[in-house]
Amino acid sequence: MTDLTPILTEFWDHPNSWTLETYEDKQGYQALRKALAMPAADLVQMTKDSGLRGRGGAGFPTGMKWGFLPPPDGGPRYLVVNADESEPGTCKDIPLMMAAPQFLIEGVAITSYAIGCNHAFIYLRGEVVHVYRRLLRAVEEAYAAGYLGKDILGTGFDLDVTVHAGAGAYICGEETALLDSLEGRRGQPRLKPPFPAVAGLYARPTVVNNVESIASIPPILSRGADWFADMGTEKSQGFGIFSLSGHVTRPGQYEAPLGITLRELVDMAGGIREGHRLKFWTPGGSSTPIFTDAHWDVPLDFESVAAAGSMLGTRALQIFDETVSVVRAVSRWTDFYAHESCGKCTPCREGTFWLKQIMTRLEHGQGTQEDIDKLVDICDNILGRSFCALGDGATSPITSAVQYFREEFGAGTSQPWWELFPPEKSVLFPVRAKETVSA
Amino acid sequence: MSENHGPLHVQTPLRASDEPYDPQTLADLVRDAELIVARYPQKRSALLPLLHLIQSVDGYVTGRGVTFCAEQLDLTEAEVSGVATFYTQYKRHPNGEYTVGVCTNTLCAVMGGDLIWDTVSEHLGIGHDETTEDGKVTLERVECNAACDYAPVVMANWEFFDNQTPESTVRLVEDLRAGKDVTPTRGATSVCSFKQMSRVLAGFSDGRADEGVGAGPASLEGLRIASGEQTYTRTAPAPAPEASKEQQS
Repeated sequence: MTDLTPILTEFWDHPNSWTLETYEDKQGYQALRKALAMPAADLVQMTKDSGLRGRGGAGFPTGMKWGFLPPPDGGPRYLVVNADESEPGTCKDIPLMMAAPQFLIEGVAITSYAIGCNHAFIYLRGEVVHVYRRLLRAVEEAYAAGYLGKDILGTGFDLDVTVHAGAGAYICGEETALLDSLEGRRGQPRLKPPFPAVAGLYARPTVVNNVESIASIPPILSRGADWFADMGTEKSQGFGIFSLSGHVTRPGQYEAPLGITLRELVDMAGGIREGHRLKFWTPGGSSTPIFTDAHWDVPLDFESVAAAGSMLGTRALQIFDETVSVVRAVSRWTDFYAHESCGKCTPCREGTFWLKQIMTRLEHGQGTQEDIDKLVDICDNILGRSFCALGDGATSPITSAVQYFREEFGAGTSQPWWELFPPEKSVLFPVRAKETVSA
Repeated sequence: MSENHGPLHVQTPLRASDEPYDPQTLADLVRDAELIVARYPQKRSALLPLLHLIQSVDGYVTGRGVTFCAEQLDLTEAEVSGVATFYTQYKRHPNGEYTVGVCTNTLCAVMGGDLIWDTVSEHLGIGHDETTEDGKVTLERVECNAACDYAPVVMANWEFFDNQTPESTVRLVEDLRAGKDVTPTRGATSVCSFKQMSRVLAGFSDGRADEGVGAGPASLEGLRIASGEQTYTRTAPAPAPEASKEQQS
């Protein structure tokens, strides 16, 4: 039995949760005071000891990432926060920055001090204007209070923070594409190595971290690495925000130790939509292979989810009941990847183009017998051969859906999905009889 | 090329605008561009916010806007155009006063987004990236906007309208066309114009950060469980520690 651990979400219900005043009332910026009295190396070690792993999907150990920076050479080093939250199903960073942006700003200040950075950037996706307002205001308030700017809290540490709005491109969530975009270019991924730690923003040593990772730093510093490491599982320590969406009674944000199960979370969310049952779900966004009702009790930590054939990703649990056509769901995700492919590498650019055509045929019940094997074959030629993880992600829903629901793809050779799965049965509002959905 | 014909296609990328900026507009743009450039160690980084700034003046990325950005940042017009055409928020032709985006990525689509899209598209008689004749509403199919727990989601000038229905969305576009104030579910108290929104995205605060809620109801569900305000039933005991270890191995 796992209980929720509201830490980053703790005071989201405060009527002025986003203000500096509220944050300071909740012990905000005490961690920064503590940090500035410590040697920077100790902060890196603390983060390593906490076991914090990147909350943006890949799960790379955050402290280790910081430790990869080469020794200071007198030139600038940068922290870039990845706030380009766009993975389908993922909806944790946006509410965090809207409700409690100061967690992120304090985390930015502490991290910058730890890695020797004097100019940090927050790259926010451009399609959330009110979150941008909140971040701009949070930074303004932090400057006015002396938590940012010159000689922070009289310690001699200087830090400027720039909040930068993107302009609509999923690929900019990939860290090197994000850096190109932040440099004023098309957002296309870079060849690695060199990794950003060595040659990142403006070819200088750079740390790129997810919003939730950085926001977790102040609580870790306040309460100790051991406190954090005691939560979760042996290799997936700490807490994270789990985002439940779709066919559950109470979709929403549930902050819990890693290792909690879908069964526990769905219980808290009031169960699957009344009168229905679970059919398939994503553990960590659309780029993570789907799970089924065989996976109710898989602990949602990095290792267990991987052992069960998927990825923890961003803990974006999109839940679909038995009214939903797998072919329809996967086809729409495929449209997404084809739309968002940046065009830089051939397997992804051409592969998603072909996948989309085959998936569309299957949606319309016009697939051929060879189509299913062809889909899997194309996926095999994209996975591991693309420039970045976008191409890999495009294959995940297809290969996993064929694995678990091959017969539904088979039906796509003779019958459109909307005959098998009338769409009005899936929607969350009452539908008048005359309304129908076209594909 | 003949000088008489218009753009080859209504959506010709970045079609040139005939009028140069008037001196006052140009002076304001130059002043704002300097403020944007000053935020970054290298000035090319100012390009994305500068393109938002152009949209705040012209309503889309105009040819004269591309020229302006190129001049300010010592880039070629081709370099600026290459960036402007990469990102979906940069519009290549005049945009309506309000961009209304219906999320039709999988989760929202299944939960009702497809039905919302069909209804509102038919109601307005326009498709994706098309604008009503009164110039008020540009309709878009948008990708996941990070509000899946509020599905189906509609965005108006990139403010959140959560838990929408076909009827509520038709009402939204009609209110926008009639010039009535509309209030996002989570956002400022009213939706500003596309140009005003673009100026915020260029990094110029409009002083409205304190409007609206901190969090919507779905964002608080876990908190309500943790506080005991919301009770729930456990359907089965959690797996025994031995069982979970077996699964891990």
